[in-house]
Amino acid sequence: MKKKSYANKQILIPLAALAALIIFNLIMDPGFFRITLGTNNAGNPILSGYLITILDYGSELAILAIGMTLVTAASGGQDISVGATIAIAGSVILKVLCGNNTRPDQLQAPIIVAFLVACLVSAVFGAFNGALVAYFKIQPMVATLILFTAGRSIAAWINNNELPIVSDPSFSYFGGLIPGIPIPTPVFIMLICVVVIFLVLKFTNLGLYTQAVGINSSSSRLNGINPTFIKFLSFVILGLCVAVVGLIKVSRLSTINYSVIAKDIEMDAILAVALGGNALSGGKFNMAASVLGAYVIQFLTTTLYKMQVSSDALPAYKAIVVILLVVLSSPVVREGFVKLGKKIKAGSVQKGVA
Amino acid sequence: MKEKTVLEMRGISKSFPGVRALQNVDFTLQEGEIHALMGENGAGKSTLIKVLTGVYGKDKGQIFLKGKDEIQIHSPQDAQNNGISTVYQEITLCPNLSVAENMYIGRGKAQITKWRKMNRDANKLLEKLDIPAKASQQLGSCSLAVQQMIAIARAVDMECKVLILDEPTSSLDEGEVQKLFGLMRDLKSQGVGIIFVTHFLDQVYEVCDKITVLRDGQLVGEYEIKDLPRVQLVSKMLGKEMDDMSDIKGEQSAYQKEKDAVPVFEAEGLQSNAGIKPFNFHIDKGEVNGFTGLLGSGRSECVRAIFGADRVINGSVKKNGKKVKIAKPIDAMKNGIAYLPEDRKLDGIVGDLSVRENIILALQVLKGFFRPFSRAQALKFADEYIKLLDIKTASTETPIKSLSGGNQQKVILARWLLANPDYLILDEPTRGIDVGTKVDIQKLVLKLASEGKSITFISSETDEMLRTCSRLVVMRDRKVVGELSGDELTQNNIMTTIAGGDK
Repeated sequence: MKKKSYANKQILIPLAALAALIIFNLIMDPGFFRITLGTNNAGNPILSGYLITILDYGSELAILAIGMTLVTAASGGQDISVGATIAIAGSVILKVLCGNNTRPDQLQAPIIVAFLVACLVSAVFGAFNGALVAYFKIQPMVATLILFTAGRSIAAWINNNELPIVSDPSFSYFGGLIPGIPIPTPVFIMLICVVVIFLVLKFTNLGLYTQAVGINSSSSRLNGINPTFIKFLSFVILGLCVAVVGLIKVSRLSTINYSVIAKDIEMDAILAVALGGNALSGGKFNMAASVLGAYVIQFLTTTLYKMQVSSDALPAYKAIVVILLVVLSSPVVREGFVKLGKKIKAGSVQKGVA
Repeated sequence: MKEKTVLEMRGISKSFPGVRALQNVDFTLQEGEIHALMGENGAGKSTLIKVLTGVYGKDKGQIFLKGKDEIQIHSPQDAQNNGISTVYQEITLCPNLSVAENMYIGRGKAQITKWRKMNRDANKLLEKLDIPAKASQQLGSCSLAVQQMIAIARAVDMECKVLILDEPTSSLDEGEVQKLFGLMRDLKSQGVGIIFVTHFLDQVYEVCDKITVLRDGQLVGEYEIKDLPRVQLVSKMLGKEMDDMSDIKGEQSAYQKEKDAVPVFEAEGLQSNAGIKPFNFHIDKGEVNGFTGLLGSGRSECVRAIFGADRVINGSVKKNGKKVKIAKPIDAMKNGIAYLPEDRKLDGIVGDLSVRENIILALQVLKGFFRPFSRAQALKFADEYIKLLDIKTASTETPIKSLSGGNQQKVILARWLLANPDYLILDEPTRGIDVGTKVDIQKLVLKLASEGKSITFISSETDEMLRTCSRLVVMRDRKVVGELSGDELTQNNIMTTIAGGDK
């Protein structure tokens, strides 16, 4: 019973943030919540509206948040290279699909093959980060700074700095719509990822080991856990999440823009973890809260776009909102609220006595 | 307030979710008095200290200080400014700073920026207190005992009126304890009031003037030391008459080695990278033996080498006569060896995880990554061992870090008992634990041995070792220097073996 109330408490943080955003939008313009069913150019049904946009783009973030949560919990640090490695994964997919011809008439390889190759490459880059952090004990932010800097150049180098375009319509399904289904495909991909990670957490000890390592790696080792490997593993898992998001990203455009694709997404992913009430210093985590946190971040971004905040100014506004959210959910403030509540109670009691 | 009273606490109450840690406790400290604060684990000693030093806010009650009347203490800084200094059981200094920096940090900018003066002052004080450390030395490079003494030096230098020593002696050896006592008596003659929290009864009767006893968060009473013989003190702490201490003695002599039995564990020329000389060791089925020696003599390093906790660089080990390779802890665990580490906080508990998760951890790891226990099964295990070892916790889901030290230790013990090893290594399982629990653990050790488990027991308290072990390996300067068993097992023999020169 106790455990349940504790877990619920943590998920209250992103829920409260979500509620605040919903109320704000209800006051500003209830039209924000309108969803319409129409048809697109190809004559397929499509749902549109701000909420659909949030679900669509929030799903990318949610998938990243899964991996970022594990990395954060195990290593007590964050991977800031995910944006750059998404570019690499996307570039690899295009390379495999297009071969040496940048505008092929037909696919040079099945999409699934391209995706699996991207998974492999992303996992290797994740392993690179993981090895630096786990085996060489470099701080995660510093270790991942390497790929943060170099990743986009590597992505461009993979395709000789050309911009391959995939013309096959089936490739656009992953980031867009599958004919006949009006809900954006990323939502389904996210669901698959979430189900997979929840099954993994339920049927393996990944959760217990990761948390134990993040809280006290020395005693974890003395209990037979290999903390180095667990940290390493978390980065590899994040690598796989990156590959999935890479697929969605390049599918949306059917091509790639090396310097813009998934720009600043690492910050949103880290914020999702923080908004989920997870300590960025590692240890205990709540996966559901992180996933919800990702959608709250996207909700915020979309709300700001709706308010016609220009994309240049967006980070500044976001920062303000995020500061508010994070400060309000910090232990100091929460404790303060508890104390305040007690004082009010005690005050009324004293009055009663007097 | 009386003339000579330096500190008075009245009606202090404090609750945590699910626990009433202090209920209406009074405490009075006179000038120039060493006052022992006694009680079992979870009796509220630490909570009372933390209320006094501003770590916790109190729910109710008043604190009076000489010359200031009622004071409000909201933070450790407040307490320090009011002349209340504390040295905690666990060292709370910064190991990456120098000794001098540790002594002067947090005491104003001028102190720490003029580092030449700071180092000079620090050296003077260290010399005066006879502490074997240099001001410019990095704190982390000092031994645990020296670090503790530096913490005390820091407190002493702040011209305190009230000095709180929370288990300061638990990591000091006999000579260092005497040095500390000298220091305490010195301060006492200068009129400082000292609150002394310890589990060592000997030490209480050696230096203290008065004793205040707490039990279950309530005040039992305040006594002059001469009015309270030991037996009564213990019974007041436990709330029952007790003669278990003498009962337990002599039970271990029942152990008889079976003829030609293969040792459960055998090591030859074992050596780790922690700097111990190669050593030979064996233990039989149902035997309780121990490593003894002064602090830092290498007794912990020996058992760590057995468990694979440090990197083994030499030697061979046999389990039940079969040669095995133990390179890391998991290898040892798979061979039925369990290890309860010396440093509970650093190596034992996983603080934020629940009692349940901490209990099942080792068995879970043994069972395998892909085969987690169901929640119901884990709960069953946890409940069983909470009951078996009488662990005081609000629930199975309470984070272990919010338990008292002794109960944390019991959880770690439960973890290894659940893993059902046939060779159990207990390194200082009774450190910082109250008398009642100590006896419980000693009895448990003997019971396990009678069930056929082999146990290596390490303790700083020799009488505890004498009570439980049938054979002692004596160490000096990271080397095995002797082995005592049977009739040789006396306090005197141990002392002379430890002290004896090389032949």
